[in-house]
Amino acid sequence: MNMALSFFQILLIVAVAPSVSWWIKKMKATSQNRIGPTLLQVYSDLGKLFRKEMVVSERASWIFHAMPYVLFSTTLLASLIVPAFFKYSFLGFAGDVIVLIYLFAFGKFFLALAALDTGTTFGGMGSSREMTLSSLAEPALLLSFFALAYDARTLSLEGIISHFGNQSPVEVLFFTSLAFGAIFLVTIAESGRIPVDNPATHLELTMIHEAMILEYSGRYLALIEWAHQIKQFLFLSLLANVFFPWGLMNTRTFTELGLSVLVFLSKIFILAFIMGWIEIHSAKLRLFRVPDLLAIAFVLAVISLLGQLIVVR
Amino acid sequence: MPQLFFILQVVFYLLGAGVGFLFSKRGSTARYLIHFLAIVGSGTGIVYSLGVLISGRSFTFQTLPLLPMGIASFECDLLSAFFVFVISFLSFACSIYALGYTQEYEHKRSVAFLGFFYNIFLLSMILVVMVRHAFYFLVFWELMSLASYFLVIYEHEKPEARKAGFLYFVMTHIGTAFIMFAFLLLFVNSGSFSFDVFHLKAASLSPVWKNLVFIFALIGFGTKAGMIPLHIWLPEAHPQAPSHVSALMSGVMIKTAIYALLRVIFGFLGNIPSWWGSLILSLGILSVLLGILYALMEHDLKKLLAFSSIENIGVIFLGMGMALVFVSAKNGSLASFALIAALYHVLNHAAFKGLLFLGAGSVLSRTHTRNMEQLGGLIKKMPFTAGSFLIGSLAISALPPFNGFVSEWMTFLSLLSGIQSDKIGMRFFAPVLAAILGLAGALVAMCFVKAMGVTFLGMPRSSEASNAQEVPLSMKVGKAILSSSCLLFALLAPWLVRLLGHVAKEVLSLELEFPSLRPLGLLTDPLELGRFSPWLVFLGFFVVLIGLIFVVRFSLGKATFRIGPSWDCGTPGLLPRMQYSATGYSKPIRRIFSFLYQPTRRVEIEDEGHEILRTAKRFESRIHPLFEEILYRPVLKLILTLSRKVRRIQTGHIQLYLSYIFVTLILLLVYVRMSR
Repeated sequence: MNMALSFFQILLIVAVAPSVSWWIKKMKATSQNRIGPTLLQVYSDLGKLFRKEMVVSERASWIFHAMPYVLFSTTLLASLIVPAFFKYSFLGFAGDVIVLIYLFAFGKFFLALAALDTGTTFGGMGSSREMTLSSLAEPALLLSFFALAYDARTLSLEGIISHFGNQSPVEVLFFTSLAFGAIFLVTIAESGRIPVDNPATHLELTMIHEAMILEYSGRYLALIEWAHQIKQFLFLSLLANVFFPWGLMNTRTFTELGLSVLVFLSKIFILAFIMGWIEIHSAKLRLFRVPDLLAIAFVLAVISLLGQLIVVR
Repeated sequence: MPQLFFILQVVFYLLGAGVGFLFSKRGSTARYLIHFLAIVGSGTGIVYSLGVLISGRSFTFQTLPLLPMGIASFECDLLSAFFVFVISFLSFACSIYALGYTQEYEHKRSVAFLGFFYNIFLLSMILVVMVRHAFYFLVFWELMSLASYFLVIYEHEKPEARKAGFLYFVMTHIGTAFIMFAFLLLFVNSGSFSFDVFHLKAASLSPVWKNLVFIFALIGFGTKAGMIPLHIWLPEAHPQAPSHVSALMSGVMIKTAIYALLRVIFGFLGNIPSWWGSLILSLGILSVLLGILYALMEHDLKKLLAFSSIENIGVIFLGMGMALVFVSAKNGSLASFALIAALYHVLNHAAFKGLLFLGAGSVLSRTHTRNMEQLGGLIKKMPFTAGSFLIGSLAISALPPFNGFVSEWMTFLSLLSGIQSDKIGMRFFAPVLAAILGLAGALVAMCFVKAMGVTFLGMPRSSEASNAQEVPLSMKVGKAILSSSCLLFALLAPWLVRLLGHVAKEVLSLELEFPSLRPLGLLTDPLELGRFSPWLVFLGFFVVLIGLIFVVRFSLGKATFRIGPSWDCGTPGLLPRMQYSATGYSKPIRRIFSFLYQPTRRVEIEDEGHEILRTAKRFESRIHPLFEEILYRPVLKLILTLSRKVRRIQTGHIQLYLSYIFVTLILLLVYVRMSR
């Protein structure tokens, strides 16, 4: 039963992930007095891309062809570790937070490599920037989880979530709010959102993620975009479940499961709303200002660790 | 029986050292025989070391009492067997590779000379980890340094090779001097040069002496290991040697220092004060971070790999440091876990760094340049080399399911176990160190995306790169062995951890019960903080990947695509020069960490009187090596000043020199008389 539910959970993650992007797009459109796309639009965009013919650079090697598949499968494998609406995950017993972060790193490694494959300036630029920013984001992300593990005494996501789920809300939020800030900043950076990267532009010298995938089209582009959306969804699920672990269901009656899914999705969309709100109200930072933002995330993580140190023992 | 194998290994290496001189010194017969004997010798080493590791029965061997300092005794306990295995394993692959690699030296330089020092180098490394006598240890240690010195200056017509060789020679002898001091202190305490007596008399060392021995050993062996700030020789010397020797120097020679440190600290020094662990941890994290930051700035492929070896030595030091911390806190299971992490990384680093150096060597032998700015597009010309270099890059970037991840993950967890400590400092700094290790891990990924991408992908940046060809079979076989072991060492993790657990148990002299093998190859740490199953992640990855390809293929049909030029912004004619260069790739890091690099740039523009009539433009960008400027330059200056002062007594008159000798003699005689 647990297996079936956690398998269903993966399908849900994969299916719902694009709608978060739609949600933020819609918010932006509304704020600019535009109507914006309908929910179906993001899915039909993906479908269209999947069916379109591709143009592949004459200089591309097998790395270029392998990357979309590797990126998508590492992201999917990562989604096997993250609990979403349900307390358990498919492979949660076989991998902890470090495995999760390094699985994302695997996909990113190929993404950055494939960007160099076609020998264009844009690819190299995006690849270099992406790797720089993600290296700076890594210590903040890891340290926040280490601070959480300090109290929970485990690095397994299931363990952390059930540990904090059993405590009173005030206590949890008091201890973890700083780590939340850190991981939230990292989420913005990792999902390529303003103020770190602008997902809506192609004609700026500031682009990062889009610069790397400039040469991709058709089916490959669909896989990359989808993987990116799944990754964003997974980061949001981490935020939702680790810091607001309430409403996750353990029992198996149909109504409770439905309720659990609803609570989970509403948490995700509220977090996405905050991200969208920040995106509407801020401008993109200069590239060399972004390290400062990530440094803030690291400092938040350090303070949160110090807090744990003082309080837990 | 295993003694016989050990003797055979020594004999094979000795034969390999000599055989080259019997034939035409530059011919192919000598070349084949030399490396064939090295392969057989290494194979013999793999057999008996595995035998000892698996059976758990150590063996001893003693020479006849014909040697000047008495009997040289050898022992192959589990720790030695582990290092013999790592050395033999890598030298096996490198010797096969060398069959093809040394072809370019044929008829140009003496292969017999190379073969002599190559085999002596392999032999001395084996003897260093087996010998149990301080005097002979120093002899073999020196032999190892000298043999590798001659290999570094093998291409001695290049001035940079001679310069690097000299630096290596000086630094390694400073190191040996400190090791000698450490052993002399131990000798004075125990009255014997035998390691067994050192071990027995460990308890009688006074704390001051013990700390002195530790510091001397750390400086001495740390120099060989390439620990920052004693690393300056390593990135100069390693790249200069022939590539299979670079692989051995980076992959295993620097690990003999780890072996010796383990032997001295855990074997000869007994109780461990808690500050030793903290010292090793801080040196480790310094090496990890600075090693990779300097590696990122390199555009010389082999130098980049050499700097990354410093980073990996740092990772090993982190594991070792935590082992020391836990030993002094009397927590045996955590200490052994940390030590297993360090030993595991020794093995893994040998595999992937060997592989990467062999890959760089293939590129070097086909394009005759190590400068990445001259390379590019090699994946089309050298698909096998590119594929194996990719595997090495994935492994060194610690990406699951490759072997680098397993040991990095264990190092993370042993650092995190520090939250169990009584000391508040350790509870705070252990997770912070782990986070910095994470930063370094991400920078390693960036560094190897750069190395792989600029060297093998994109467009060729020079005619050498566009005319390159794939390497011959023997070089492919050497790399294939190491590539497959990168995956194998990850999949065998549950057994390897147990095997290394026995080694750790022996090193720490603990009685520990190991938990039985968990289902699905699940690994965890003593505190059960983390969990990782290499099998499931490996299986999951391939099931998902193949499943995805099938689903996409069958639901949408075969991919249809047109081949077109890369996007050139509408200005036709993308040139190789327009690609991101290796220097450009690391520019953001150079800027963010500018306080460390102190980068300077100079742009020279020549024009004929007006800005638009530019004739030439030159750009130069360099970074300042921090340690050489703040640490080594003052020392060098002091030595030079002192030697200028001393020169005053050197007048050049032989009569004066004779009188110096005479006066010294008189003084010595007086001293001997007085001290009676």
